[in-house]
Order: sequence, then structure tokens, then C-alpha cells
Amino acid sequence: MQVNAERLHHPTVFTQSLYPGQRMPRISFTANLQRHVSSPPREVPAGTVREALEAVFAENPRLRSYLLDEHGRLRRHVSIYVNDRMIADRGGLADALAGEDEIFVFQALSGGR
Amino acid sequence: MSDRLLVASRKGLFRFRFSGGEWRAGAPAFPGEPVSALLADPRDGRLYAALRLGHFGVKLHRSEDGGETWTELAAPALPAGTGGATDLPGIDMIWTLVPGGADAKGVLWCGTLPGALFRSGDGGETWSLVESLWNMPERANWSGGGYDHPGIHTILVDPRDAARLTVAVSTGGIWKSTDAGASWRLAGRGLRAEYVPPALANDPASQDVHRLASCRAAPDIVWCQHHNGIFLSIDGAETFAEIAPVAPSAFGFAVAAHPADPATAWFVPAVKDECRIPVDGRLVVNRTSDGGRSFQALRTGLPGGASYDLIYRHALDVDGTGARIAMGSTTGNLWVGMDGGERWTLVSAHLPPIAQVAFG
Repeated sequence: MQVNAERLHHPTVFTQSLYPGQRMPRISFTANLQRHVSSPPREVPAGTVREALEAVFAENPRLRSYLLDEHGRLRRHVSIYVNDRMIADRGGLADALAGEDEIFVFQALSGGR
Repeated sequence: MSDRLLVASRKGLFRFRFSGGEWRAGAPAFPGEPVSALLADPRDGRLYAALRLGHFGVKLHRSEDGGETWTELAAPALPAGTGGATDLPGIDMIWTLVPGGADAKGVLWCGTLPGALFRSGDGGETWSLVESLWNMPERANWSGGGYDHPGIHTILVDPRDAARLTVAVSTGGIWKSTDAGASWRLAGRGLRAEYVPPALANDPASQDVHRLASCRAAPDIVWCQHHNGIFLSIDGAETFAEIAPVAPSAFGFAVAAHPADPATAWFVPAVKDECRIPVDGRLVVNRTSDGGRSFQALRTGLPGGASYDLIYRHALDVDGTGARIAMGSTTGNLWVGMDGGERWTLVSAHLPPIAQVAFG
């Protein structure tokens, strides 16, 4: 089967059903977020960090403003890691994901009040 | 007299009740969370609490049952791309929430850091940026006053005509609208700034207004606590006259106006801008009862020395009778003054830093 490489990164296409048996990235959220918005860990069909977040926001819209500002940028005192690596693109959230990746959303150590 | 007192603090919202001769509060709402502003809406009894979460941004909650339970609403936010600059910050803090006209139930106004004005027509469920003010070319000259960005901290709604709005910016002067926010013009002639070159000293847009308070019975009487002085307007903040000298100091943040007596207002002096503590460590409330001709330093029941309390601009409130005054400090002390501030009682010495106090 001919696969269009561009379509691989579209979240509605890059799904388990298209690739049976392939793992999806898994995203989990700091426990400190849970008292504001329930956000259990889940697997997300996503090729980038932004796609992963959008997949979660689609089901949990209230979570968006807790992690991103109104311009769509990661809040200053929120950190996202892909596996053991902090993401590089805090504005665009374009960091690429592979099927085995673990995404961790933490609160930064800065920002406490 | 009001028997309920709400306190917005760095670590929660406290509800005090006066009962059996004492002010008492239960556990706070939003324990541990910074509450930057609150509103007890006199039109429908709803409470609003603005949070400034350190990690997760600005949030707004509303209570329909006097603060027992809360529901999160959409917080005011700048439209994407507003302002053009890629480094434009989002809304960092809700600084003030005020009700619209008495007959306009559900209309709310909100001032924020950075300096934006928002309007809600549905009790805070949705908010619109007041673009007419945001797009004024003079806004480019607004600057931070204490915070990194300019902010809107005072919104006066004329009780005679709710379309007449007066907004104060730190730092960016006083702006007035007579058409419910459709258009704006700069007011505040007569204010004087010591922190700019002499040629700009009387420029209305350069004025760092710390807080405005108007007399409800005579709304054209507007008291101004300014960065370097105290000023009074008798024409609805169009023009001001400076009141000087004022002992022990004309520097401060808070001002409260008597609801019925246009000649009476309260201020809380600190040494000066570079030394924001009480003069000689003695905390006093400065009251004028004669339109600013003289001031009386009220101190009975307040710390007589070694006080480092600073009163933020929203942390002084007078109740609807003018008899009870509430005052909260950055040190977490809360006082209530009786008989217009003649006698003060320390309600708590163990609260978090206090951003706002409000009867209602």
C-alpha cells in the first residue's frame, strides 16, 4: 500500500485502526493539576506535542486554559517532557512524537505563589 | 451596617461574619490559591473570585450560594494576535471586577494586567475585550507601575447613568466614556507627576493613578490617590486639584470615599514610593471630613510602632453606611474600624497577604 508520508502526522489519520497493533504516544499530567481539572493519563493519536494536547482538549476543553495561554503558547510555568527530554518548541509545540513516546506535563518549579 | 466581609488573599478567599460581637471566618475557599480580586454583586448576591494560579493562569469562579460552592467560568482573555507583537503577554491578573448599572443585571466590567478592559453581559460567562480602549494609540505610552505591565485597577460606573465610565490605569492616566465604552477620551487634567521630565509633568497620560474612589451620593466627587500625591475632583475626574501638604505622607495606594458625605474620604499613608512602609512604623488611616482641607490620623487600635503593613489599593473598603471600614495588609493583618475609623479592632493577624477586602 502506498502511504502518503504527510498524512501520517495528521491526528485523525495516525490512529491505531490504520496501524493495528502500533502503539500511540501516552500523555500524563501532574497531580497538581488534578485538583483544578481532572486529567487522567491516556493514549493520543498524535505526531506532535500540539496534536497530543489538542486530542486531550477535544474531550476536556476546560484543560486548555490551564496549560496554554490565549495565544496558544505553553504557559510560562508549565513544563512538558517527551520521555526524558524537555520540549524545545514552547510556542509552536511542534516537537515530534513517535509511537512509543511518553509525554509528561508538569508544573515548573518556578511559578509558585 | 454590613455584617459580612470578604477577603481576597494570596492563599484563599475568606468570608468573615460579624456575630456575637466578633468577626469570625470559616475555612477559606480556594485554600492555597492566590485570589487577586473579588466581587459581591449587590444586584443579585452572586460572588465572583478571580484566581491568579502561579502555574496554570488566570481563572474566574462564581458562586450562587454566598460562597459555599463555586463554578468556574471562562476568564477574560486577549483575542489571538491582539496587538501584533509576538511577545505580547496573555492576561496575567484580574485586578478589578465591578458591576454594571443597577438595572443592567449581568453586566460586569473587568480590569486586568496587562491594561485591558473587558465587559460581560451574562454574569461573567463570556467576556469581550473593549477594543475601543485597547486600540487607542496613546496606549502605546502606558507603562508598568510596580508591575512589569500597565494595568487597569479602577472602573467607576456612574450610578446616575451606567453608560458613563471612568477607568484608571497604572500607568496611563484616567479615561472616560459616556457611551458605555464605545469611545474614550483622556481626562484627569491637573494631576501632576514627579517621576517624568518637567515637560511631561502635567501630561494626563503620564499620570500614575493608584486608585480612584467616588462618592455614591455625589458621583462627581472623585478622590485620587496618586503615585506622588492626593488629588480631588469635583467634576467627575475631568479636572483635579492637589491637596497638599498631607501629613504624615501623601503617598499610598488605597482610598475609600464616604458613600453619602462628599467631604469625607480615607487614605492609608506610607513613607514614599521607595519605602512602602508606615511612617515611623506607626500605621494610621488618614481621614478628611472637610473636603481635604484637613486630615485626621486615625490610630486607635492600630499598631503604634514596628509596623510594616502596606495596604494595597483594593484592601480598604467602607460599608454602605460609612460607619464601618475594613482594611487588610500585605502582612496579613485585618482590621475593622468602627465609627468611621475612630476605633479599630484587629480581626486577624494570621492571614496571608491581602489583595482586597469588600463588605457585602
